[in-house]
Amino acid sequence: MSISESDIEKIAQLAHLDITDDERKMFAAQISEIVTYVEQLNAIDTSNVEPALGGLTPEGEATQSDRADEVQPSLGQKIALEEAPDPASEHFRVPKVLA
Amino acid sequence: MESIPNLTSSIARGEQTARANVESSIKAAENLNKSLNAFLQIDREGALQRADEIDKSPSKDTLPLAGIPIAIKDNICVRGMQASCGSRILGPYHPPYNATAIERLIKAGGVIIGKTNCDEFAMGSSNENSAFGPVKNPWDLTRVPGGSSGGSAAAVAAGLVPAALGSDTGGSVRQPAALCGVIGFKPTYGRISRYGLVAFGSSLDQIGVFARTTGDAAAVLQVISGRDSHDATTADVPVPNYIGETEKNLEKGFRLGVSRALLGEGLDEEVRAAIEKAIETYRDLGVEIVDIELPHAKYAIAVYYIIATAEASSNLARYDGVRYGFRAEDAPGLRDMYRKTRNEGFGAEVKRRIMLGTYVLSAGYYDAYYLKAQKVRALLRQDFANAFKRCDLILTPTTPTPAFRFGEKVDDPLAMYLNDIYTVTANLSGVPGISVPCGLSSEGLPIGLQLLGPYWSESTLFRAAHAYETVNPFTARPRINADSAA
Repeated sequence: MSISESDIEKIAQLAHLDITDDERKMFAAQISEIVTYVEQLNAIDTSNVEPALGGLTPEGEATQSDRADEVQPSLGQKIALEEAPDPASEHFRVPKVLA
Repeated sequence: MESIPNLTSSIARGEQTARANVESSIKAAENLNKSLNAFLQIDREGALQRADEIDKSPSKDTLPLAGIPIAIKDNICVRGMQASCGSRILGPYHPPYNATAIERLIKAGGVIIGKTNCDEFAMGSSNENSAFGPVKNPWDLTRVPGGSSGGSAAAVAAGLVPAALGSDTGGSVRQPAALCGVIGFKPTYGRISRYGLVAFGSSLDQIGVFARTTGDAAAVLQVISGRDSHDATTADVPVPNYIGETEKNLEKGFRLGVSRALLGEGLDEEVRAAIEKAIETYRDLGVEIVDIELPHAKYAIAVYYIIATAEASSNLARYDGVRYGFRAEDAPGLRDMYRKTRNEGFGAEVKRRIMLGTYVLSAGYYDAYYLKAQKVRALLRQDFANAFKRCDLILTPTTPTPAFRFGEKVDDPLAMYLNDIYTVTANLSGVPGISVPCGLSSEGLPIGLQLLGPYWSESTLFRAAHAYETVNPFTARPRINADSAA
């Protein structure tokens, strides 16, 4: 399937990417080629196939992952904010949400 | 460089200090980094301090990796070091915790000397997608080291460290191992905790090991394997004594499966010849070679690039410039800030994959692409289950060609993706695999063979690789190596 530049713009919006005109052109051509390639899967009859969900082995599926619901130590605000681009009074500050 | 058992025993006997061992590794890494660009960070001070602690430790003779310098791909969290994932969007980030695999390496006496370069967010087969310039192949600096864990592969190949960790989502340990002439091991999905490994394709990602011998790879896998309560996808399966198992002989009647269809079109002639020779070597060892078929393997790249990009588009949604890493300047509103940050922070390949993943998951296309791919993935898993009824392990090439030149495929994403044709099947099905050096091309470039096994057959893979390496040791050294720098 051919993916148009306006499709690319729509996908970029969904993905929160602010792409340039040149990128839009390049991605339209490249993603069209890749999508055409993956469409070879249409040739396979999968009408009676249950999809594989996730990557687990049977042993992984059987592994019990429940744990007691107990309070455990966490990073805490100080450490969690250390890498923030714009921390302010124990919060993550962001540009204004409503224009 | 000595093997891990030789190094640890000379440290235990006091013939050599951990400090001297780590110091020589760091020195070689520092000397060669200008030409190789394998390391994004070398932690001289921290590593030497850790080595001193090992030297003073009363239990140094019982620690399995006492004083062993280890390099870590820069998408695995090590407290006190950076984690950039080869991307600008992370800043770089300084994780406040250790990945479980790192916790276990340190507890075993391992000394992390630095973080290795990689394709951005582990997306690539050539290292050309790193935001910090590509790693160079130590065998030929004009060629790629493979990807995405190219820095870890090059560091081991050049003899800077005896072992390194990488991550393997579609071949990112085995493929660069083949192109750099070292062992690359990808375990069964759920064998090693992914806690602290930056997520790319969560149902495909596994941490993997680089080493120069199977014994060294087994020594590292031994300590980092096993259930972890921080990762619900780790399986409650006992960890065997890999090191002991590696030394055992292959039993009589051992069967190796070969798919003739996978040795057909698109395979470099010299790689084909090396694989045929390896098959003969196994035959000489008394191994029975049986023909097997993996009818859906030819669809693996198509399935992979739907599932991996879908998972990546979700996993990479977290990079929004709010909690850590890079934030674009001068964005008037929150939404503008997200979009500007992500556009300036991500490189072209990452954007391409996020967009492809967003597309295949978007309304109206989910069934046609993502669900279809998950169904073909189920068929591929069935192919492997059927094949392993007829054989103990499967032998394939690791890559279709030896290392290619920089720039050769960078403008053609699909051609680049086809490098992973032999490796992605293991990630889609969850089975373990190992790449073993099996010769040099006429241009002096390493060639790798790949062995794949059923779930939890790590011991068998080590045994079969060790049997091969015993009769056909790979002793060639790359042009750029630690000794040439000294």
